[in-house]
Amino acid sequence: MAVTTLSPAQANKARARLRARREWGSPAVYFISLVFIAACLGPVLYIVLGGFRDNSQITSSPAGFPNPWRIENYLNVLTGSTFWQEIGNSAIVGIATTAGVVALGLMVSFVLARYHFRGRGAMYSLFAAGLMFPITVAITPLYILIKDLGLTNSLGGVILPQIAFGLPTTVIILVPFLRAIPDEIEEAASIDGASRLGFFFRMVLPLSLPGVVTTGILAFIGSWNSYLLPLFILNDQSTFTLPLGVQAFASQYSVDTAKVLAFTSLSMIPALIFFALFQRRIVGGLTGAVKG
Amino acid sequence: MSDSLGAVSKFEQLPEQGSQLAGDDVVRTSSPAGRRPKRRPQRLIADRRKRIEIAVLSGPAIIMFVGFVIFPVVLAAYYGFFRWKGFGPPVDFVGLENYRVILTDPAFHDVLFHNGAIVVLSLVMQGPVAIILALLLNRKFRGRSIVRILIFVPYVISEVIVGTGWSLMLQTSGAVNDLLQSIGLGAFRADWLSNPSIAIWSLMIIISWKYIGFAVILFLAGLQSIPEELFEAASIDGASYWQIQRRITLPLLGPTIRIWAFLSIIGSLQLFDLVYIIWGQYIASTAGVSTMATYMVANGRTSSNYGYGNAVAVVIFFISLIVALIYQRFVLRRDTAGALTERKK
Repeated sequence: MAVTTLSPAQANKARARLRARREWGSPAVYFISLVFIAACLGPVLYIVLGGFRDNSQITSSPAGFPNPWRIENYLNVLTGSTFWQEIGNSAIVGIATTAGVVALGLMVSFVLARYHFRGRGAMYSLFAAGLMFPITVAITPLYILIKDLGLTNSLGGVILPQIAFGLPTTVIILVPFLRAIPDEIEEAASIDGASRLGFFFRMVLPLSLPGVVTTGILAFIGSWNSYLLPLFILNDQSTFTLPLGVQAFASQYSVDTAKVLAFTSLSMIPALIFFALFQRRIVGGLTGAVKG
Repeated sequence: MSDSLGAVSKFEQLPEQGSQLAGDDVVRTSSPAGRRPKRRPQRLIADRRKRIEIAVLSGPAIIMFVGFVIFPVVLAAYYGFFRWKGFGPPVDFVGLENYRVILTDPAFHDVLFHNGAIVVLSLVMQGPVAIILALLLNRKFRGRSIVRILIFVPYVISEVIVGTGWSLMLQTSGAVNDLLQSIGLGAFRADWLSNPSIAIWSLMIIISWKYIGFAVILFLAGLQSIPEELFEAASIDGASYWQIQRRITLPLLGPTIRIWAFLSIIGSLQLFDLVYIIWGQYIASTAGVSTMATYMVANGRTSSNYGYGNAVAVVIFFISLIVALIYQRFVLRRDTAGALTERKK
């Protein structure tokens, strides 16, 4: 009741007070945030710290802190060749997948966004429906197809299907981006004598760069973490990507928990660095993809 | 960022539809409209050129997509009718026998039940917590951006690492039991992974831990698209914080929540990596956490019954499709046209 009689000046004051209170937030907000962050990071810290312990420490006190700190496990992994080879394989697969997804996805999205032709809607629906075909469903025949192509145990056998399965998300994110480029720009370019393709390379590529970067990052992270497809296609240890390597290492050294933890935490680092560098774009891309 | 894009693309559709009325096959904007009717040969050339451009630009993607996505799915449907070990052409046609075996296999009934439980529990366990966290993180306070980054960390780490780490922590002599012991809750120590009545809850905790950050980020993005003025107007009118959240925020967050639920349901139905990594291919069924996908791999590839495995894949696909269509028809319809109903807008 009192509120209804507030004069504008008083209302402004109330608003300012509201703002001031929001600046710091209540202790409850901090407390809940802290608890939640601890829950999120606890297991990660367990893996990282466990790598700095030795097996007798882990056996006697599984949840304890390193005492004393030991770096042998990490040095062991870092000086061996397995880890680096698997990082290399993951990097090759990830970069090739990203390049393929972005190149093919951008081309077809450009057609879908800026050309008018019969069957355009059907083409868009074809790619959109691809979201309904997760790799889980197609994995068995896909394995047979790759085997018939003679691509088992080669990184190409992982890269090609990953490009194909990455296309639907890419198309769905990029088409609105490309549509949002104003027609006036295209008209101006064509008056200035640019062909449709010239317009593509000189105007579309630079203008849609945020969307392209987002789809590229999503494709790279998806590839970096993918497990099922490499599990089917790659059986030879020398072709293992990092996820397969972590699993192989964990079963090979199942008694050497500390070493497994060191290997696991080292294989976490590339994804975390990548995420730290691009987190704004990743978050933006994910939310854009859902709302798109 | 994405809001403004969405708005722009919606706005864009109006002139597009107009030009479609004018003529579907006409090159729209690259030549000024006035010249078009007079120079017919040039238009034909431009038309052919346009077709070549379309073919060259979209061809590679379509070939890749059809070859490695559509074709294998069709193959799965074909192989599903055979008893086939994966070598040579399939010859032993068994009709619907594979499907009969799947649908009457008690082990498959088990995995259906597990998948159903995972779908429901994921929604119930992650949804409310994620909404509350998103509401909290939407309030302005110092350090908010760091919190937002850190809650996303589990989502970025690969399933293999998550599975390896958690399975070590949850062992009988692992860190979780040790921690419970040392804080005086030793009575709650348990065999987290192999006790069938507990394992599914362990799995749900791991799933929630891994994916809740994703839900929070989605909800935060949804919250940011709600105009600030609504909150200010309500608070000036004397509404309390919780009244504002219940009457304004939650209803306006509805579309985001429904899309998150859709993604969560589909993900739960397809769940494979975490279960396969933590429980392996055989222990999963005795621990009561096997899913349709692990059933497919265990009974298909691992036992070299490729025909059977493909039939399971087809069943998974149809179950996901039916669930997705029902969900889109009855839940998502009121929000936006979804991916499958894109053309009907």
